[in-house]
Amino acid sequence: MEVSLKPGLLDPQGKAIEGSLPALGWSNVSDVRVGKYVRLVVDATDLEAATTQVGDMSRRLLSNPVIEDAVIREVVEDAAGNGRA
Amino acid sequence: MTARAPRVGVVTFPGSLDDRDAVRAVRAMGGEAVPLWYGERDLGGADAVILPGGFSYGDYLRTGAIARFAPVMEELRAFADAGRPVVGICNGFQILCEAGLLPGALIRNAGRRFVCRWVDIRVETSLSPFTAGLVAGEVLRVPVKHGEGQFVARGDELDWMEGDGLVVFRYCDPDGALGAEHNPNGSAAAIAGVRNEAGNVVGLMPHPEHAIDPDLGPTGGQPMFAALLQSALEPVASGIR
Repeated sequence: MEVSLKPGLLDPQGKAIEGSLPALGWSNVSDVRVGKYVRLVVDATDLEAATTQVGDMSRRLLSNPVIEDAVIREVVEDAAGNGRA
Repeated sequence: MTARAPRVGVVTFPGSLDDRDAVRAVRAMGGEAVPLWYGERDLGGADAVILPGGFSYGDYLRTGAIARFAPVMEELRAFADAGRPVVGICNGFQILCEAGLLPGALIRNAGRRFVCRWVDIRVETSLSPFTAGLVAGEVLRVPVKHGEGQFVARGDELDWMEGDGLVVFRYCDPDGALGAEHNPNGSAAAIAGVRNEAGNVVGLMPHPEHAIDPDLGPTGGQPMFAALLQSALEPVASGIR
């Protein structure tokens, strides 16, 4: 899943990267935003249960809804049939 | 009101730094400090509790995000719900916001740098454990030292906070005037500290516990700790608003 600061909130990491790109010759880049990528393995009965659980974990711990948006990018089963989100 | 010294608990989390200074400040101001441990579901009979500054759990994930689930926080939530005084300083403020005990959140400073300097803050309301008995408009000099102290909240939430008087401190100049140059981290509406609706939980980014001893500099923290000790002995008031 991906966690990113809500639009409009200052993203200092993005700003720092944006500020350094022109020095490397890329002066046409703006609005750089840096988020987090969280990958986890969930032992669940099926994909739906895993997705629900990841959503709950996202709201309670993995993201702060006051300042961040969280999106579940992909939920897949591994070869053994375990849910992997 | 009893004659005994108020008992003020100070919680140590893994990564707390300012717990010792908070304990010293409580003692210097005449209170009994009760060191508390994050892993214990016990507040040691405290009349008030301080969540001190530092970098609990290394600020991993988000500041305060892991500490809010520490065992002591279950007790603390019940304590706060019962109307007892709770104050969060710096990382403690971040923990209280993550726990939902205070509105808003703290993100990286707008200036993108760690700030460590003295600031002036203006008291906005006497309705909090750190400002009881103080007068709105009073200016206190205390230090800040943080990388993630920019207070943010949704626009409608800010309106609600302003309307209900939940802003407790604002960054200002020595005369109490607001201005971007006095706001060390770009906080919305120059907010340095806020309280909950009930008025018994307060959090702020500046460090009153470092501004107690006149031999070491300004003493803007003294009236705040005096207020806390006074609040600690007041009868539990579901009625503090």
